[in-house]
Amino acid sequence: MNDTSAAKTGLETDTEAAVKQNQSAEGTVGEIYVDDPRMTCRNVDVYYGEKQAIFDVSLDVGKNQVISMIGPSGCGKSTFLRCLNRMNDTIDICRVTGQIKMDGQDIYDGGLDVVPLRASVGMVFQKPNPFPKSIYDNIAYGPRIHGLSDDKQHLDSIVETSLQKAGLWAEVKDRLDQPGTGLSGGQQQRLCIARAIAVSPEVILMDEPCSALDPIATAKIEELIDELRENFTIAIVTHSMQQAARVSQRTAYFHLGKLIEVGETDQIFTSPRHKLTEDYITGRFG
Amino acid sequence: MNNQQQHQKTMERVQQGLERRYRKERHFRWLGLSAIILGLVFVSFLFITIISNGYTAFQQTYVKLDVFYDPEKIAPIGETDPEVLSRANYGGLIKASMRQMFPEVTNRREKKVLYGLISTGASYELRNEVMSNPALIGTKAEVWVVADDDVDMLIKGHIDLRLPESDRRIKDNQLAWIHDLQEQERIEKRFNTTFFSAGDSREPELSGIKGAVAGSFFTLLICLAIAFPVGVAAAVYLEEFAPKNRWTDLIEVNINNLAAVPSIVFGLLGLAVFINFFGLPRSVPLVGGLVLALMTLPTIIIASRAALKSVPPSIREAALGIGASPMQTITHHVLPLALPGMLTGTIIGMAQALGETAPLLMIGMVAFIVDIPGSVMDPSAVLPVQIYLWADSPERAFVERTSAAIMVLLAFLISMNLLAVWLRKKFERRW
Repeated sequence: MNDTSAAKTGLETDTEAAVKQNQSAEGTVGEIYVDDPRMTCRNVDVYYGEKQAIFDVSLDVGKNQVISMIGPSGCGKSTFLRCLNRMNDTIDICRVTGQIKMDGQDIYDGGLDVVPLRASVGMVFQKPNPFPKSIYDNIAYGPRIHGLSDDKQHLDSIVETSLQKAGLWAEVKDRLDQPGTGLSGGQQQRLCIARAIAVSPEVILMDEPCSALDPIATAKIEELIDELRENFTIAIVTHSMQQAARVSQRTAYFHLGKLIEVGETDQIFTSPRHKLTEDYITGRFG
Repeated sequence: MNNQQQHQKTMERVQQGLERRYRKERHFRWLGLSAIILGLVFVSFLFITIISNGYTAFQQTYVKLDVFYDPEKIAPIGETDPEVLSRANYGGLIKASMRQMFPEVTNRREKKVLYGLISTGASYELRNEVMSNPALIGTKAEVWVVADDDVDMLIKGHIDLRLPESDRRIKDNQLAWIHDLQEQERIEKRFNTTFFSAGDSREPELSGIKGAVAGSFFTLLICLAIAFPVGVAAAVYLEEFAPKNRWTDLIEVNINNLAAVPSIVFGLLGLAVFINFFGLPRSVPLVGGLVLALMTLPTIIIASRAALKSVPPSIREAALGIGASPMQTITHHVLPLALPGMLTGTIIGMAQALGETAPLLMIGMVAFIVDIPGSVMDPSAVLPVQIYLWADSPERAFVERTSAAIMVLLAFLISMNLLAVWLRKKFERRW
């Protein structure tokens, strides 16, 4: 109840701010646009049946950047993330309107089929979910179904480079034929990252990738995200504000399905422009 | 009242109720334990009755005869033409041998009774031996032949000799002859190979379950070949592809209803559709298998859907997330993980089908069929129907054969269920 009223008052002040700054779509404070976007989202609404989960979100995801999405539970950040590779398609009652473009092609409007879309927008989930197969087969699965490898040697090299990029090669190179489910939680999550990398996507979506991991494994994943930024665009949803501050260049703050504020991570965490953002990052709710 | 007192009071209350709580738990345990013991008592009672009734059927009484392969009765020495050899009077050889052993029997009626000690099937045994080895003609040999079922029952102790002669299947003169044969060590109980190698027969000593087992095998083969692919395909479609709307809800409710439809109704449906409309022959495993497939389908669909549901969604998401198409996700990841559950459901459905009688009665698989079926288009019986037929027969020897056939059926059922358990254990995955 409190949250709702807070959001309403927030939105009113917000509109004034937006008019003042003349820089954002209605309802969002900060810099929605970037100079060199990989994905552009305009006026995205998401409905679960009758219930609207995302309200008019516009956001750019910049090339070779890490953008983190933060916000209290149920604020729609995961739902929004899953729109970016159409994972919401699997939910029958879910409906997405608005425009999401990847490199200029609309991903919902027949411009880009869902299979190539998911091959170029990989995803890492909250809970590590390796296939109950060998480590090798876990990585090789993507390249196999997309026909990316010319022969066995090529496939071997794809597996090796993917595991190396995910920082897992040294730990598993002697047991590639053992089941991926036998690894530790942190290793499994890096295996899932390697699996996503193996099809050489352009964007990697991560949905709270560290929430099931201990601090040491988390630190490794964060380090990895920082390295991956060189080659990939990453969008990460996280509950940990420290994590967002550590790994991302831009941060978007969601609240009750609305994108409240987006901007440079440093700016968001040091001088938030919106009252709700400030309340959240200073720990007044969330 | 301060905190200390409050705590004191709480503890007192808890102590008061403690004894009652534990007593309830003990009672519940006793109740559960006695239920299980009751179940075990019934099961062991069932097994004890069946086994004690049926184990004697695995033995059969044989009589040793001195047979002279008389060239006059069969064919001249040197004859090898199977036509001629098969037409010869082998019953005469046995009768001659019996007359020779009991020369004092001269009365026509008594002779007939004497010949009745030996099974009518014995002459076929002699014929087979001569046809496989024509050189036997003109020689003498000791041959063990199958005794009549009444003799068999007497030897196995199933005939009460305290009854007056008129109430007995074995009369006093027969008793004397059998006694003589026993004195000469011409009577012996042997393992009953006929029971496993012959089809049905009017004569208990010549009847066996091979025909019924073969019929059951062909029927289940058809049932499996139809019910498994159709059931799995239906389950996959309903679980993975079908939109969730009123129609799929209706279909789901109907499938659950079908699982509860009495099996005899499926038999009537099979009669109307497969036999009357499509004109398939009666009594054949093809139709039996089709009917049982209809009956097993709901079981397989329900089990397969449960197996598909139990595959964690994270696996689907993982596959979809790297760009597998829905079909690839299902065939590469979901189906292999759900297969053990599907197989378990299928085997249990098959076991159900194996024991099913009622629908098969409707499509004529209850006929008396002597020949062992060689294909799905040959008329045949199935094991449970064979049991039903034998249970209906008045001869005492069929009583033990009924129990023996039940033992064979139970052995098949238990091994199928064990296979299901083993499969589940073997392919069960943890994640």
